[in-house]
Amino acid sequence: MSITVYVPCDSSAVSLGANRVANAITQEAQKRGIDIHLVRNGSRGMYWLEPMVEVATSNGRIAFGPVQTSDVASLFDADFLHGGEHTLSLGLTEALPYFQKQQRLTFARVGITDPVSVEDYIAHEGYRGLKNALALSQADVVKHVTDSGLRGRGGAAFPTGIKWNTVLNTPAEQKYIICNADEGDSGTFSDRMIMEGDPLVLIEGMTIAGLAVGATQGYIYLRIEYPHAYDILNTAIANAYALGYLGDNIQGSGRGFHLEVRQGAGAYVCGEETSLMESLEGKRGLVRFKPPLPAISGLFGQPTVVNNVISLASVPIILDKGGEFYRDFGMGRSRGTLPLQLAGNLKYPGLVELAFGATLREVLYDFGGGSATGRPIRSVQVGGPLGAYLPESQFDTPLDYEAFTEIWAVLGHGGIVAFDDSVDMAEMAKYSMEFCAEESCGKCTPCRIGSTRGYEVMTEVVNKRNLDKNIPLLRSLCDTMLNGSLCALGGMTPYPVLSALNHFPEDFGVSAEHRAA
Amino acid sequence: MTESNQATIQAILTELKDKKGALLPILHAVQNALSYIPPESIPEIAQALNLSRAEVHGVISFYHYFRDTPAGKHTVRVCRAESCLAMDGRALETHVKETLGVEYHETTPDGLFSLEAVYCLGNCACSPAVQIDNDVHGRVSPQGFDEIIAELGASV
Repeated sequence: MSITVYVPCDSSAVSLGANRVANAITQEAQKRGIDIHLVRNGSRGMYWLEPMVEVATSNGRIAFGPVQTSDVASLFDADFLHGGEHTLSLGLTEALPYFQKQQRLTFARVGITDPVSVEDYIAHEGYRGLKNALALSQADVVKHVTDSGLRGRGGAAFPTGIKWNTVLNTPAEQKYIICNADEGDSGTFSDRMIMEGDPLVLIEGMTIAGLAVGATQGYIYLRIEYPHAYDILNTAIANAYALGYLGDNIQGSGRGFHLEVRQGAGAYVCGEETSLMESLEGKRGLVRFKPPLPAISGLFGQPTVVNNVISLASVPIILDKGGEFYRDFGMGRSRGTLPLQLAGNLKYPGLVELAFGATLREVLYDFGGGSATGRPIRSVQVGGPLGAYLPESQFDTPLDYEAFTEIWAVLGHGGIVAFDDSVDMAEMAKYSMEFCAEESCGKCTPCRIGSTRGYEVMTEVVNKRNLDKNIPLLRSLCDTMLNGSLCALGGMTPYPVLSALNHFPEDFGVSAEHRAA
Repeated sequence: MTESNQATIQAILTELKDKKGALLPILHAVQNALSYIPPESIPEIAQALNLSRAEVHGVISFYHYFRDTPAGKHTVRVCRAESCLAMDGRALETHVKETLGVEYHETTPDGLFSLEAVYCLGNCACSPAVQIDNDVHGRVSPQGFDEIIAELGASV
């Protein structure tokens, strides 16, 4: 019998040489006349160990990593196919503490299955949620999602069930489900990992959403920066169609749902839901005024559910195990789990799915292992480029939407980017303004003009010119952007800028007295 | 516009123009085929979709990814976002510009490399990152970048 070997097809693993390693393993096995079955799985999310090769044994899957092509011959020499000892041996994958300490619900299958195989998906508890959903009334499906307490994982944390209920109760000839896969937030990659590692869970989640609200067409709006995800999604969608999990008659139910992937074109603002819909309609990605809400008048003027990848990928387990099962994880009003993405200057960067409530410090040190450079972690940006910078004194904040709101920060999409003490926070604030200027859609003045003026003022500040005038000016400008912008791009750029100024005034050449009241 | 470009664009329009929200899929298909969207193709695209030329031009210019000049043989995209900045991305960015001898949105005189900035490749656990054509490279040191470029340059 052939031995199954897993080498991730995840693009981060590939960025470290996984394709070359997969080829080398295939060739070496051929040369030695050994019959192996190579599966290109998703990543387990332990990126410092990638490319991580796994071998299926009778005791479970054994991991080796990080593997380079030059290690392959010696791995065969050590009989790694039967779990032989090698300097790269990591033991049983699921016994690795980083993995074992997590609560993987949404990521239950990522790294385990063949991402595009419907059969493998079903063998690992896939499509159970859909089966349940097909037997329930639309209102009951929505109720499960409402009961689960699931809130939008894209960043805004709006209750998913309420959104679905609005679309369900808005009569229309055609409704739409949009998956927002424009994962533009720097420091985030959980959407990508799902789409590359378990795309069928997203497809199932969207299908359930379609059945629940009466939408027969879905679009995945995928950023152009993810070409591997595009290919994998399209293969998985084709496989789902072939087996009757998409199409006009899903599993003989007489009910239909169609799905198509559309690519963005490098505009960060298209991650904002109304801008995304403009883009899908073939227009410039200009943000729309709200109301009307997309749930009432969205894509092509029709009622539309717009949900993030992780929100939709969390739906199948909710429908499989019930809303209460999911709600039992988490704290306060933040229910369930959040896949955190550990990035930047950390020793052990990767994907950590945890119930809400762990502290930032636990995540940074117990999982992240401190900085990669070995220097103290000075600042951490949570929630993408529009998230606040947190100083060490705030590291004990629990990862919970409300707890972050209290300290004028955001949890966002769960991206955590760590910086060591070599960072210049004034430079980071200047960068935030530059980014906003680069990506502003131009519709509203506070964002369009404010970001450019902000970049100019920050350039002055970085050069320590006229600080007595420029710091108050920066605060006033941020106030205008914060309160006057149409969407979160202009409205939240002040978060990184002002948090950097308030927590690290010394980098701006001012004393703590300049802090805002 | 050359005859073959004309034929390519016509074929794309015939295939895609009846899709809902067809403009972005069409522009992607054109750029995939020709490496850019020739400005002289705008009237044809506009006509096929019953749009004004200004609308089509407006969409092309709005999105960073679309280009109206031919790309080099390879397109190098350097990530400028926070995670890469936390891992010395600035030094890599400087090195890339010096090595290629071009700024962002420029192409090397030999037509081999176009340089573009990108804000996050989703490779933040392996920063700093660079994308060359469709391939992402992680934990790229200046020396590592030189090796990748040498390999690509040698394969011409």
